[in-house]
Formats: sequence, structure tokens, C-alpha cells
Amino acid sequence: MLQLVWLIPVLPLIGFLAIGLFQKKFTGKSAGIIASATVFISFVISCGLFFQLSSAQTIDYFDWINVGSLKIPISFLIDPVSIVMLLIITGVGFLIHVYSIGYMGHDEGFARFFSYMNLFIFFMLILVMGSNYVLMFAGWEGVGLCSYLLIGFWFKNNNYNKAANKAFIMNRMGDLGFLLGIILIYVTFGSVRFSEVFSGAAKLPDNQPVIVAITMLLFIGAMGKSAQIPLYTWLPDAMAGPTPVSALIHAATMVTAGIYMVVRSNILYSIAPPTLEFITVIGTATAIFSATIALTQTDIKKVLAYSTVSQLGYMFVALGVGAYSTGLFHVTTHAFFKALLFLAAGSVIHAMSGEQDIRNMGGLKKKLPITHFVFLVGVLAISGIPPFAGFFSKDEILAMAGVQSKPLFILLAVTSVLTAVYMFRLYFMTFFGSFRGTHDQEHHLHESPSVMTMPLIVLAILSALGGFLGLPSVFSEHHLFKNYLSSSLTVPSSVIHSEPSHYFEWAMILVSIITLIILIAITYNRYVKKGYVTPLAEINFSKTFKTLYHKYYVDEIYEALIVKPLYWLSDMFYKVFDLKIIDGTVNSVNKGVNAASSTLRLMQTGNIGFYIFAMVVGVILMLIYNLYGK
Amino acid sequence: MISLLIFFPLLAAVATMLVPQGAKNAKLVALTAAVLEFILSIAIVFQFNPAAGRQFTEDYWWVASLGISYKVGMDGISMLLVLLTTFLVPLIILSSFRHQYKNPSLFYSLILIMQSALVGVFVSLDGFLFYVFWELALIPIYLICLMWGGKDRVRITLKFFIYTLFGSLLMLVALIYLYLQTPGNHTFDINALYSLHLSASEQSWIFWAFFIAFAIKMPVFPFHTWQPDTYTDSPTPGTMLLSGIMLKMGIYGVIRWLLPMVPLGVHEWGTTAMILSVIGVVYASCIALVQKDFKRLIAYSSIAHVGLISAGIFSLTVQGFQGGMIQMLSHGINVVGMFFIADIIMSRMNTRTMSELGGIRNTAPVFATFFVIILLATVALPLTNGFIGEFLLINGIYQYSTWMAAVAGLTIILGAVYMLTAYQKISLGEKNKLTETFSDITTSEKLVLVPLVVMIFWIGIYPKPFLDIAEPSVKALLSVIHGAG
Repeated sequence: MLQLVWLIPVLPLIGFLAIGLFQKKFTGKSAGIIASATVFISFVISCGLFFQLSSAQTIDYFDWINVGSLKIPISFLIDPVSIVMLLIITGVGFLIHVYSIGYMGHDEGFARFFSYMNLFIFFMLILVMGSNYVLMFAGWEGVGLCSYLLIGFWFKNNNYNKAANKAFIMNRMGDLGFLLGIILIYVTFGSVRFSEVFSGAAKLPDNQPVIVAITMLLFIGAMGKSAQIPLYTWLPDAMAGPTPVSALIHAATMVTAGIYMVVRSNILYSIAPPTLEFITVIGTATAIFSATIALTQTDIKKVLAYSTVSQLGYMFVALGVGAYSTGLFHVTTHAFFKALLFLAAGSVIHAMSGEQDIRNMGGLKKKLPITHFVFLVGVLAISGIPPFAGFFSKDEILAMAGVQSKPLFILLAVTSVLTAVYMFRLYFMTFFGSFRGTHDQEHHLHESPSVMTMPLIVLAILSALGGFLGLPSVFSEHHLFKNYLSSSLTVPSSVIHSEPSHYFEWAMILVSIITLIILIAITYNRYVKKGYVTPLAEINFSKTFKTLYHKYYVDEIYEALIVKPLYWLSDMFYKVFDLKIIDGTVNSVNKGVNAASSTLRLMQTGNIGFYIFAMVVGVILMLIYNLYGK
Repeated sequence: MISLLIFFPLLAAVATMLVPQGAKNAKLVALTAAVLEFILSIAIVFQFNPAAGRQFTEDYWWVASLGISYKVGMDGISMLLVLLTTFLVPLIILSSFRHQYKNPSLFYSLILIMQSALVGVFVSLDGFLFYVFWELALIPIYLICLMWGGKDRVRITLKFFIYTLFGSLLMLVALIYLYLQTPGNHTFDINALYSLHLSASEQSWIFWAFFIAFAIKMPVFPFHTWQPDTYTDSPTPGTMLLSGIMLKMGIYGVIRWLLPMVPLGVHEWGTTAMILSVIGVVYASCIALVQKDFKRLIAYSSIAHVGLISAGIFSLTVQGFQGGMIQMLSHGINVVGMFFIADIIMSRMNTRTMSELGGIRNTAPVFATFFVIILLATVALPLTNGFIGEFLLINGIYQYSTWMAAVAGLTIILGAVYMLTAYQKISLGEKNKLTETFSDITTSEKLVLVPLVVMIFWIGIYPKPFLDIAEPSVKALLSVIHGAG
């Protein structure tokens, strides 16, 4: 199997090149089929690795950047952590590719879309397979590029282009931190290869300032890529891209790269307790902050986007309390149910002729039975209702957080409640009540073709059952997921080492189920029985609602505090400093010379340029004469 | 061998000059010559042994009584820059095929003279010879800008000429001073100059004399104000020669003639030079943000990139130096590509004002793809050449000073901001009345862009051959600098 590893990323790359270079030759659906096929074969090879590989393997291919003691090979690391990511990327990626064949079927950029999607898979695979930080960074920036290309896929719309630019630039802010972190790793350990860095780190005690600095810098990168406060505002805007892109890149895979990176570097993070605490704080803040925003959004994709930001916050909390496998477990279940939710939302949008505002939907349950059913599965999963997948992973995060700190537990529990509220609000407003769209839209309502519903059903099954990979200890001795990963992970010595008691777990399960049932009843009452619909006109919003609806005005604050001053400063640099001061000085010297030359003008023509030119030519001629004259 | 490399373009220039006026053949003669020159340089690469240091040395007396010799030779650093020159010149000539320049035989012969002088600069091992080639390179580019430039060309080229000449004269003074310090019969031989033992205060002023000369050429903040005007107003082949190759003369000068010559001066003033370079990176990036003319934007972005190279070199680390070498190649390739893109837009639309453009991608998708690739290389995306250079440069700067690396690193953010915004304004959105007539690129334009793109990915994915050529020479040079300092 190991001989085939290189094919995993190379196949999608070939797909990208073939489709990208010969776009016009790919007629009909062929581009979509080929792109899906490359990802599927990569998935099959990844499955083979999963079943055959027993220990971590590093495979070197060739030297990439060798300078002095800095040696960076193109080389892959295959271990349980990367295999989990490989399976998610190629598995969920394949389903989304298939779905896109239907979703993008009528788009004039069909082939271009699939070439970008394959390129994305390639870079994402490089990100998780790279055996050193620089190669990981290459994938990291590469997925950012694909995100940029796909957010701005419909490039005629300049709002989309702006969203694409925003995503790329915000990610780059994080990437600068990441890059400096990598360089500090090199300076500290004399290598950027995981094997050498981690074996070096294993010998270090806790709380070394340099390790804290490294982990913080790397985490800045994660804040950008995984949309954490303060670098999260690009992700909701990224919904401008086609919906399968939102599912694949901005929910299931790319945005979890930050979590992967921390898990991969767990040896470093485990000996940097201050960074872990920082991650916990950022994760918690992001989780609750974005959950409140999601409560008020009316665009179906925006609700899901803020929910993604919130769930990513959850994952970081898990990492922050040292529960790396739990974080990765939530990455996995989240990939299932969030991809499902986005694709189902895509199916709704498809049926609604492009409409995304849930205030104009309603009553879609009957017209879109499959979509409705799978969406419900997704909602149940993300809300944490047993036995759906989200329950197990979220429950595990809550339990691990509860062991560390009670206030943390309460904040996360509140977020969990909010999650259920906004998800059921979304669900009820979309699928229940009466239809609120136009006649045209109603006329066109249709269930999506099977090329779209099949992937939805597969994802629904995964969202329903995926949680059994990691049963809590009250149910089973064997936490399959955790055991599988254990060889690659460490446990920080700074966190409290105790498994949550069975008593605590049972209590938690019961309380959460009861709370959820009550909540669902309340939201049902409000949005279905009373038929409440968020008003279309902003005037009817309450003050709190308005603030949340406008996302706490964070974009406006950034605009005023960063963007405007930057442009003002640049303008000053240009118009005052460059043109007036520096160039003015240069010109005044020049004028002085000119004044002197105008005195000489009495005797000569006064063109300095000509004289200097003549002088230089003269010198050269003299020398040439000298050479041959001898 | 090397002499052939230097003088073949000069002979070809004469041949080009002899092509009768008005005939179209001048450009073909020039292109053939440039291609032959490139093949010759490739032949030399195959004989080049990186580990052997300086090789192919030729040493004859020129003006024996004054200790001036015709001494040339190549180490890995020279080799790469010669390759850059011989690779870019044919493309620059080819890129000009779409224009009808008046008096073409003169135009193309000037380009070839320029190439001759550039190669000469990169291989000279005698101070005076170096100076002669240095000045010789200035004349053709001055004439190209003056005779074929834009509206304001007379004022702008005069400023450019005086400014750079001022720098050169400082360098000449420094060279003569060094020459006079050589024992016995004075000599300009580089080895003799390297082995002078000058006091720290002498080294300090010589440092500044050289540094200002080279800083003007690159240009480094605050010696840059001739550059945006000149780049903008020159005919595109002139801009390409200036930015793609000629500014590397300045960086090369620092590497060959400044650092090993006055290590104590570097010890004293290196930090100042780095600070200026780093300021330039951020300063020029910011100014690029507010440019309306695309060509001017590229000009400022070039100042930012060169500032980073300069800072990396002055860090005196292997990574910084090697990053500088790779980035010199990459910058040459990318900036020529960018100016070509700007030229294609200018010649089709008759404007470079970005706000008047938009939606070009709709009518010219292939052009837009080339544009994006070169743009991504410029903003240093991994797997393109720009990343290798910038990563190594920032790495080198970091080893010198964490804070300078953090500040210089802002270029990766700001670069993305101005480049993506420019791309959006020019290429994305709905097409307008002007841009709906934009035709996609022609075969001859592809002939220029494809080699550039191939190099972008080659250096980005497999930079080893290039790094290997330079590494032994870079290490040797660094040991000279550190050993003396």
C-alpha cells in the first residue's frame, strides 16, 4: 500500500491539470465524473492504508529546499492522525464531488469548477500528509488559494470577489504568524521535520518560553484558517461561493486544518500550558459569540456558517483541555453532519431557484421529502441528540471541559443550548408553516435529482451512526476512535487527569436530553404553532436583535480601525512623504545643479545629461584607445 | 568562453545596427542572437562545477601601467545571474514584437549592447572593468528610455540618469581609493582589493559610497524616487530590462563588491542598511495599495520585493543569501511577466488606469489565467518560485532580528492586498464598454508567457539545481565576510 501513497494527492492533481488545461474538451458531465473518480481512487487507497498500516511511516520522495542546515524534503507522514484526515477529505470530498455534478450541472463554468475542486483536494491532502511544517504550509496556503478561487467562482459579481479577497487576505494574516512560527521552530530545533522537532520537544520541560512562542505563532495561523476570533469574519462572507464549496471547504475540511495542525503538533502544545489556556479561551469565546449571531441570521447558509465557526470553537476547546482525540473526533462527526446540512441547504436553494432567505421559505417538508428528512438528521446530529453523531463528540468535549473547569462547562453547555435553538429555528422556518416565496418559486419547487440525493443519504447515515466510533465509557470499554489515535497523541501534564465519573456522564446525558426536548418544544411552539417569522423590515427588529443581526458590527469596526487607517497612512506615505518630502529633496538638489549649470551655459549649451554622457563615452574611448594603442 | 558570452551580443548589436532602416529583420536578427547567447550560456552551465568556486577565469592586462586588467570569471553567484540575463533577454525581445518601434535596428542593437554590459558586470573581477561595464549598461537603457519612452520622458530619464550616475561616481571614488591602498604597483584586481586591511573608519565611508551606489540601482528606500517614474514612462522592454535584470546589478554589487570588501564597515552599518531595506518593504507595499496606474503599482511592488532581498542579503546568513539568489531569479521572472501583462493590457485598451478596466476575464480567460499565475508567484504562494525566495529571505532576516522579520513579513499580507485588489479591478466583475473588445492572447504572447510560467513552477517545486549552483560560492563568500569581521 505504501508504494501507492504518492497517488493519493497526485491523482486529484492530474485531474486538476487535465480538466484545467483542456476545459473545452470536456463536454457534458465528463469533467465532473473524472474529478469524482480521481478523488474516489484516492479514497480507496486511503482505506487500504487504514486497514494495513500498523505504525507511523515517513516516505521521502525528493529534496525540495536544501539550504545550509535547513533541509526540507517532499515527504509524507502516514500515521493514524493523517489517515483519519485522509478518509474525511477523500470520503466526504468524493460525496461532495458527486453531488456537485448535479448542483453545478447547468453552470457554464462546470469544468472549471471541478478543476478547482480537484486542486483543493490535492492541496488539502498535501496539508495533512506533509511530514514537515513547510510542506504543511504549502498545503495550507494552497487550500487558501482554492478557497479564494471558489468563493469568487462567479467572478462577475464583485461582492463575491470582495468576499474572496477578504478570505485570502485574512488567512494571510494568520499565515504570517504560522510562517514565523515555522522559522522559530527551525531556529530552535534546527529542523522543520516532524520527526526531529517532536523528538527534540519530547526532551523539553513544560513552559519553555520559546515553545510557548512557537505554539502561539502557529495558533495565529490556525485562528485565520479555522476562523476563530478575531480572524473569523471571512468565513460567513465565504458563503458567496457555490454551496458544495461551502460544504467541502468551509465546513468539512479546510477550516478544520487549524485543528489538525494543533493535533499534529500536540507534543509541542502539551508542553506549552499557557498556549493551551489561550486556545481554550479563544475557542470558548468564538463558540458562544458566533452562536448568538446565528440566532438571528435569515440566510440559510449564514446560519450554517456561524454554526460552523461556533463548532470550530468547540473543537479548539477540546484541544485546549488536552483532549486531542476528542477534538479530532468532533472534526470527524462535524464533517459528516455539517457537509450534510450544507448540501441539504444547497438542495433547498436549488429547489427555491436560488433563494437563500428563510423568511421567504416555509412548508418545504412536503415538496422536498428527502431533503427534509436528511436535513432533520443533520439538525438532530448537530444539536447533540442521542444517538446521532454530534451527541457523542459534543458530549465528550463537554465532559472533558467539565473535568477541567465548571465555568467552562457552563459556557459550553449554554452554547450547546443556543445551537439547538438556532438549528431548530432554521429547520422549522424552512420546512414548516406555509410557503412564503413567490408564485414562480412555488411553481418550480422540486426534489433534487438522485445524483444529489444519494450523497445526502450516505451523509445522513454517517451523521446518524458516526458517533458509535467513540462511545463514552458508560456504554463501552472500547473508544474505537481514541484507541486508534492513541499512538500519535500525548497528554499534557498540566491538565487534570481524571476521566469524568459515570455518575457525571449519566447526569449530563439525562439533563441534556431533557433540556433539548423542552427547547425543541418551545421553538416548535414559536415558529410552527404560532407561525412566527422574523420580519423582513429591519425597523421591526428589537435593539438586541439588530445588534446580533449585524454581527455585533465587527466588520464595521474592523473597517474603521484597520482598513481605513491603513489606506489613509498609505495615502500619506505616497502623496506627502514620497512625492513631496523624499522626491522633493532629490529634485531640489537637482535644481541646485541646474542653477550652477545655467551659469556654465554662458559658455556651453548646458545640457548636463549630454555632458555626462559625453564624459562617460570619452572615458571609455580613451581606455579602448589605450588598450589597442599599445 | 566568458569573453564570447560578453562580446557576442555586442557583435550581434553591430550586425543588428547594419540591418537597413525600415526593414523588419532587425528584430529577428536580435532575437536569433539572444537565443544563441542563451544556448551558449546553457552550454557553459553544463561545464560549470559549483564546488570548484570561481572558474573559466580569463586574465589579460588591459592598461598594465595603471594595474587595470581584463579579468573575468564566474562562480555560482555570477552563473545564476548570467543565466537570468540570457534567459530574459530573448523573452524581452520577443515581447516587443507586437510593437512597431521606430528605428528598430537601433532599438534592438541597444538591447543587445545592454546585454553585453550586464553579462560583463556579473563576471568582472577587476574593479575598473566592473565600473566600465556598470556605466556601459547605463547608456543603452538611457537611450531606450529617452528615445522610445512616454510623454514626460526627457525630464524623467534625465533624473534617472543623473541620479544613477551620481551613485556610480561615489562608487568610482571608493574604487579609486581602494586602488590607491593596494601595495606596490597599484591594481584593481578583486583579490587584491579583498585582502586590503583598512581601518574601521575607512571601511565605514567606503561602505556608504558603495552602498549608496548600489542602493540607488536596486533601489532601496529612500533612494528610490527615480524608479516609479522611470519604470512607468519607459517603453516596456526598457522597463523589463531595468527591473528584471539591471536592478540585480545593485544587489550583485552588494554581494561581490561591498560585503567582502569592507567587512568592518558592514559590521558597523549593516543594521542600518537592513533597517532601510525593511522600511522600504512596508513603505513601498503601502504605497502600492493606493496606486491607480497598474504599471506604477508594479513599480512600487518591485521596490518592496527588492527591499526584502536586500535585507536578506545583509542578514549574512546562508538562508538569507540563498533566498536572495533565488529571489533575484524569481523577481526577474515575475516582474518581467507582470510588466508584460501590463503591456498587453496597455496595448489593447490604451489605458493602465485600473478603475477604467474590469471583467477582462470574461473575454480573455487564457490571459486571465496567466495573469493569476504570475500574480500568485509575486505574492509568494508555495510551489511557485516566489515562495522559495521569500521563505528563505524571511528565515535569514529572522536569524538576524525577530522584529525585522515580523515587519518585513508584512509583505506577504500587503502584497496579497494590493495584487488581489488590482486583479479584481482589472480582470474580474462584469466587462464594460472598453474591455468587451479585449481579445485573448496570441501565440507570440504565449511564447513569452509559457517559458516564464514554466520557470515559476520549476523553481517553486524543484529549486535544487539553482540552489546547488550557488551554495558553495555563497558559503565561501560568507566565510570571507565572517572571517574578516
